[in-house]
Amino acid sequence: MSLCHALASGMGGIRTTGDLVARMQLRKMRLPQAKRFVADKLGLSVADLADSTLLRELREELDIGVVTGVATAAKGIEAKARIANLLGVPVRSVDRLRQKAGP
Amino acid sequence: MTATIRTRMGDGHAVALSRDDLRRDLVDGSQEAARRAKIPVLDGADIDHLAEIFAYPGRIAGVEPGHEVVLTKDGCANTLYGGQMSSGVGIPLAREQGVRLMERAFGFDTMEIGHPDYSFKPAKPLVALEQLCMAQAQLDCVVPLFYGAMPNMGLYFRPDGPFANPADLLPDGRIEEARAAQLEAAARLRDDILYVSRAMDEVGADGIDIDTTASAGDAEFLATLQAVEELATHTDLAIEVGMATELVLGFHGELDYKGRRLAGLWPHQQLAVVEQAGAHLFGPAITTKTNKSVPWNVARACTFVKECSRVAEIPIHANVGMGVGGVPTVEVQPNDVVTRVGVALVEIGRADGL
Repeated sequence: MSLCHALASGMGGIRTTGDLVARMQLRKMRLPQAKRFVADKLGLSVADLADSTLLRELREELDIGVVTGVATAAKGIEAKARIANLLGVPVRSVDRLRQKAGP
Repeated sequence: MTATIRTRMGDGHAVALSRDDLRRDLVDGSQEAARRAKIPVLDGADIDHLAEIFAYPGRIAGVEPGHEVVLTKDGCANTLYGGQMSSGVGIPLAREQGVRLMERAFGFDTMEIGHPDYSFKPAKPLVALEQLCMAQAQLDCVVPLFYGAMPNMGLYFRPDGPFANPADLLPDGRIEEARAAQLEAAARLRDDILYVSRAMDEVGADGIDIDTTASAGDAEFLATLQAVEELATHTDLAIEVGMATELVLGFHGELDYKGRRLAGLWPHQQLAVVEQAGAHLFGPAITTKTNKSVPWNVARACTFVKECSRVAEIPIHANVGMGVGGVPTVEVQPNDVVTRVGVALVEIGRADGL
């Protein structure tokens, strides 16, 4: 059932910009504001945010995690560190990594 | 154009409606919600749009491009390895693998780690294992990761817990004892939510999803709000509060949060106290009536959710699991109406997410 919702209504996660818009919602942004914020950061229109073809290339260019298995692309926490910089917002696991990595 | 529209009842069985019947059900469902919660009915344009969604002959429906919303998911990867009681499909894989599948293969916007019983009480003694899972998943995943669990205050009453069971006391007229037992359980529940959530805070979780809130009524809701307030004040965890149903039941009956009586609150009123406590996302839950059509149920759910969306300051993620939001109460979900439920709650209910 959850896949029905993902296909019918979801943003597409790391196939597109769903994870980025979600991160702004975690900061209490309503959907239109969150989409506009991410679109501005990426230099896209709001309508482009769920375009998987466009975002596949742009995510690799920005190195913020891609959905396919690309060995040289940023993975997991590496991608999130770049997302934190791109969006200009803290990501809790990235902050923990920096703390664990030491000065 | 077909003369009849094939849709379903709230128990999942197929039913054919005439266009007049469809429109009547949509109007009746909206009026039922509006009358109960004293909120506006859906307007004519909303009813027209809903009628279009249900009259569309395709097997599945989808939102218009550009209207996509963020998905949060209670239970999450548990449904991959879980059993029938959770509509799980029993695949032998670890939940860490399940989370990766949901992120990379299925395109989910967020994901969760959750105990198989999906309640704070059983998660507490295993919290070190839950932390390990969260910490590792945070290294591997790109999407935001919540820790998800239900308050499930019923687990704190005998025979499952230490406190006297109000369901035994109330039929005997022992009202004050029943109220006292609920307050004792609520205090323990609040402490357990905080214990598990602080453990997740330590390992870098993005947020906490407190799901199916107030299933045991107003005392459970109060415990949750108190925990949310504490977490919002002293951590930077994002907190999602998803509800159990559209009306907070008054099993205690005299509890308030900052002067607002909790028993009898409707979704837009639940939202107000959840926002006041400091939560970041709110999930209204509207219970599906199995003896009414899905269009009737969806119009009813959209009426509640639209009012939430109108007054909200935080994102609204409408609950669309089995038996809520207009989704039928049936083990194997029919994709035709499930997709239409999501579309309706986004395009008419104006939800920020599902």
